[in-house]
Amino acid sequence: MAKTLFEKVWDQHVLTASDDGSALLYIDRQLIHEVTSPQAFEGLREAGRKPWRVDASIATADHNVPTTGLEHGITDPVARTQVEALDTNCKEFGIIEFPMGDIRQGIVHVVGPEQGLVLPGMTVVCGDSHTSTHGALGAIAMGIGTSEVEHVLATQTLIQKKPKMMRVTVDGELPKGITGKDIALYIIGEIGTAGGTGYAIEFAGKTIESLSMEGRMSLCNMTIEAGARCGMIAVDDVTIDYVKGRPFSPKGDIWERAEAAWRDLYSDADAVFDQEICLHAVDIMPQVTWGTSPEMVAPIFGGTPCLNDAKDDVQRQDWQRAFAYMDLEENTAIMGITIDKVFIGSCTNARIEDLRAAAAIARGHQVAEKVILAMVVPGSGLVKKQAEEEGLDVIFKEAGFEWREPGCSMCLAMNADRLEAGERCASTSNRNFEGRQGAGGRTHLVSPAMAAAAAIKGHFVDVRNWR
Amino acid sequence: MQAFTRLNGLVVPLDRANVDTDAIIPKQFLKSIKRTGYGPFLFDEWRYEDVGQPEMDCSHRPIRKEFVLNQPRFQGAEILLTRENFGCGSSREHAPWAILDYGISCVIAPSFADIFYNNCFKNGVLPVVLKDDQMDALFVDVAANSGYTLTVDLEAQAITSPTGRTFNFDVDAFRKHCLLKGLDDISLTLQQSEIIQAYETERKVSAPWLFGAS
Repeated sequence: MAKTLFEKVWDQHVLTASDDGSALLYIDRQLIHEVTSPQAFEGLREAGRKPWRVDASIATADHNVPTTGLEHGITDPVARTQVEALDTNCKEFGIIEFPMGDIRQGIVHVVGPEQGLVLPGMTVVCGDSHTSTHGALGAIAMGIGTSEVEHVLATQTLIQKKPKMMRVTVDGELPKGITGKDIALYIIGEIGTAGGTGYAIEFAGKTIESLSMEGRMSLCNMTIEAGARCGMIAVDDVTIDYVKGRPFSPKGDIWERAEAAWRDLYSDADAVFDQEICLHAVDIMPQVTWGTSPEMVAPIFGGTPCLNDAKDDVQRQDWQRAFAYMDLEENTAIMGITIDKVFIGSCTNARIEDLRAAAAIARGHQVAEKVILAMVVPGSGLVKKQAEEEGLDVIFKEAGFEWREPGCSMCLAMNADRLEAGERCASTSNRNFEGRQGAGGRTHLVSPAMAAAAAIKGHFVDVRNWR
Repeated sequence: MQAFTRLNGLVVPLDRANVDTDAIIPKQFLKSIKRTGYGPFLFDEWRYEDVGQPEMDCSHRPIRKEFVLNQPRFQGAEILLTRENFGCGSSREHAPWAILDYGISCVIAPSFADIFYNNCFKNGVLPVVLKDDQMDALFVDVAANSGYTLTVDLEAQAITSPTGRTFNFDVDAFRKHCLLKGLDDISLTLQQSEIIQAYETERKVSAPWLFGAS
């Protein structure tokens, strides 16, 4: 029987299935960070349980870590307690951790693929909604809550209802200056933040195939912003080339066998999806969000919507609240919006290709005087090292950007990196919710190149015309 | 886990769509390593005029009087009425922990984000999906009647209004069973240890690259 990519991986991991559609699913890899794991470890301890399989888990601290002054450690005592709890828990339960100070430390969704700890065909979970990132490798990867983190630690399984399947096909050549981030924001604008609720989404089509692995990860990362816990892309040469030779990737004979198995990870020609959406690359422009939900997005030469165009009262009130929070009005041109801060980083856009794209824009320019902070936060110690070997740090610093240590940083502002009330930010992160980057802060989501260009000009510009 | 069987409680209406988990419990409170104590910080940025910090005493903080949770008539609410896509965004289980710690154990909406929906069932919070027209009717009723309560009966899968109007709702059989009994699903899963072990034994042979990262 013809199967979708999702079904192929799902079926290989179902242990038992119930009549109500829920299944006991085997989990190959769990990624762990400091924020959503302490209560899970405490639960194990209270019940006198041990992890089912310690070699299936890998941990790193990312949400709370500072991005400057690492020699002082974490100065916030509450944050420090949480990071230390991760260190202690990993030691006590025998789980590998890349702690602060280890060059492999970084954002969990950058570190996993970088180390070859996430492989095609795996089931991957993490107590973080952006776990969808790893679907770029042809894995079923989804975010879970802390109770489920504990369940996976204790049993190596998860009780899951099989989601419905959606395929989003994007056809055509990838236009110049358009990235995985723009594709993600465009799709969310089309289907809405709840458009994928209850679904696993497969991204397919020529445009998607032409994305690098970094671009695919940016796209799958934001699947959750369309409501779907899981986004996936079929395995091809790009996937295989990316995985090969990584520290934890299989080697020798086992590599040969693995690659042969992974080459089957695509949707069969006559596989059936519950929903199909077809989009065209030619319609995708550089995207900028204007509101407080990722679906509130416009092309660079567009503007904020007209309230009369809202589909109903609920949406009209949503837009009005967003305008008030963002200090914008209807029919405002995106290019006219000026910014105070710039953040280039996060599990969406802190990989080497993202930093290269931003540096290519910044080279030989200066951050606009009115921009009070432009920061670049690499996704991991290894991304930072690679960028420094390529001289990207020098380009950024000469242009007036701050070059920071790896971590989640101002994507969610759990550490000291944040917006003050009323500040407006061009950000390569994934959420523009109220208060996300700091109470009262205003976030506009963009690609790394668009963020760098906004830093130089002090307002949003079209990177396709950059010189 | 605390069981949920039947609840007759005061209803508070939060008439917004796409309420995200950052709004339900802002990031600074995620630094806690406990499951409790989040209630005073539920909807912190909407509820207070200042910026809350973990372990702060909230009793003297300046409140935003217009926010529903601060209105006298909704004090002691146990049921939250809200709009589509409630709980979207971050997977933080601190969101249902905060809701429960505040005293709310049932959330009624036309739709929920998937991860939040799952997380509720792990914590004795019942998320109920009703149709848009049913939601509209409830929003009208709660606005018109001070002290408006609903009765939520999980066994019967029914919500009853004070006037006797009944709305039926769907819930998965397994989740219902666990919530009614307050069951810890880890112990249930561990009853299947042999199946898990047999699967691993087979996979170690057929897909050895999945094992042995350490």
